[in-house]
Amino acid sequence: MIENADQIFVLLQHWVVSFFPAALQPFVGVLLAVVAIICVFPALFAISVLLERKGLGRMQNRYGPNRVGPLGILQPVADGLKSLTKEDIVPTSADAVVHFLAPVFLVVVVFMGYAVLPMGRNMTLVNMDAGLLFYFAMGASTELSIFMAGWSSRNKYSLLGAMRAVAQMISYEVPLLLSSLVVVMMTGSMNLGQIVDAQNQYTWGLPHWYIFTPWGFAAFLLYATAATAESNRSPFDLPEGESELVAGYFTEYSGFKFALFFLGEYVGMLSVSGLGATLFLGGWSAPFSFLTWVPSWIWFFGKVMLSICVFIWLRGTLPRLRQDQLMNFAWKFVLPLSLLNLIVAGLWRFMGEGFARWGVCSAILLVAYVVMARVGMRTEKFGPRSYRYAE
Amino acid sequence: LFGEGIIKGLAETARNFAGSFVSAERLTTVQYPEERLAPIEAARNFPFLVYDGADWEAGLRCVACQICEKECPPKCIYIEKSVDKKPDFTGKPQIYPSRFDIDISVCMSCQICVEVCPFEAIKMDTEFELSTTDRFGGLLYDRQQLAMSNEHYHKIHPTEAAEVDARLAEEKAKAEAKAKAAAEAAAAKAAVASTAAKPAASDIKAGGESHG
Repeated sequence: MIENADQIFVLLQHWVVSFFPAALQPFVGVLLAVVAIICVFPALFAISVLLERKGLGRMQNRYGPNRVGPLGILQPVADGLKSLTKEDIVPTSADAVVHFLAPVFLVVVVFMGYAVLPMGRNMTLVNMDAGLLFYFAMGASTELSIFMAGWSSRNKYSLLGAMRAVAQMISYEVPLLLSSLVVVMMTGSMNLGQIVDAQNQYTWGLPHWYIFTPWGFAAFLLYATAATAESNRSPFDLPEGESELVAGYFTEYSGFKFALFFLGEYVGMLSVSGLGATLFLGGWSAPFSFLTWVPSWIWFFGKVMLSICVFIWLRGTLPRLRQDQLMNFAWKFVLPLSLLNLIVAGLWRFMGEGFARWGVCSAILLVAYVVMARVGMRTEKFGPRSYRYAE
Repeated sequence: LFGEGIIKGLAETARNFAGSFVSAERLTTVQYPEERLAPIEAARNFPFLVYDGADWEAGLRCVACQICEKECPPKCIYIEKSVDKKPDFTGKPQIYPSRFDIDISVCMSCQICVEVCPFEAIKMDTEFELSTTDRFGGLLYDRQQLAMSNEHYHKIHPTEAAEVDARLAEEKAKAEAKAKAAAEAAAAKAAVASTAAKPAASDIKAGGESHG
């Protein structure tokens, strides 16, 4: 019974597929999985938008949406209907084709990333050997869509937003990859399924998640920072900074195309959370060995939603960075630390078992963190804001 | 330590998040259609016409002097004078507005009409739920829509309404005293005239008209 609950979606897929002729079966199986992904993640998107609006409201001591349906839970439905019925405006001088393709491309690319994410035991759409590489290739393609949107809108705010977005995403792509690289180094595989399997072991009832190692913890923090920047979330939401850029690269989008951008942003956030969970939080594995009977997909989606809550919490707390602070932080703090983390991971690997490596690796990372922060703060690279007024 | 501020900030928002569920004074939101704030006395929105007594048409204080119409900066008031007269609050026959329209979509709530009105006939209302589906006709208020009782005025602006009532009562008393004095003077004159055989009707008329 418990075994069935764990594999319920896999069994369901096999059951439906068995109605089709053998020649069609692989195709139908994949199609079913794709449809499931395309249904589940927009649903999660709706839930996270609602969570975000209500959570941010509570953080600012207000109720948030509470009118549509009981406790406002139907608010996403109302928003969706509204965006569907709104007029779709394309500026006269915009490049209509590219303007149309940009949101479509974003959504397609963002959903492609889910192909390799293991969402539960045996629940990977494509079990690719270079899964991580595929994921990052897809993740980097979102920059193209954002620039398509900014360029084709023929609006200076859109273009500025897109340029900021591209600069930011390229800068943070590097630490994102480097911080994930340590996981590949330790696992010896880019296959996300194998990465999860490597973490799905228990000592004294505790899991071997990579976050519970010095290098893994550091990499997780770096990954979280870079992932926040990648998904254009506050405090790294400069590309859509409404106080200076109207809405950034999607200024000229309205109606359903805007909704697609919104969807793309949130689904991208969910997918980057899913990857973070896979790399550092053990993917679909349970946090304690006595909880392994709980279906694996519950753990995966629980971890994803937990990361979404952290994203919301950060958004409710941190003010937006300035462009130079953003760049300085990426290139002068996050990047050196992730490079150092690669070396530390190597050290960890070759120091062998024992407690010595815990002390040494933690000490190196902590000292580097403190020294770099001190130096950076002193030189105002990412220290307190300083203002110069006209005299 | 670098990043300390972030943790402090996160703690603060977490405190707000949890606090908004447990402490009522954190959540200051008033859920408007169901809950309402106590009305504010100094609030003002759009003008209304005050009437005394039960019948709005008979009790309107307005005498159609058209000062407000002339002073209104956005020119949102339209008045037509009546041809007949009706008695005002002192009992004197006065012209009244046969038509008094205010287009509240044009009105800018400046209160100048209230300032200039010598008869305390136009005051500012606090009603704000004025939305309508007809943006032309629905916001053009006629005499009847504008007429509000003095009790309504007392309810929305108690202090101001009490002052106005006192002033009107004083004026009325003054007018009555004057009328009485004029009547007495007329009577005395009549008594004198009866002896001196001199007409006094023009004096009575002059005495009656001097007020207002």
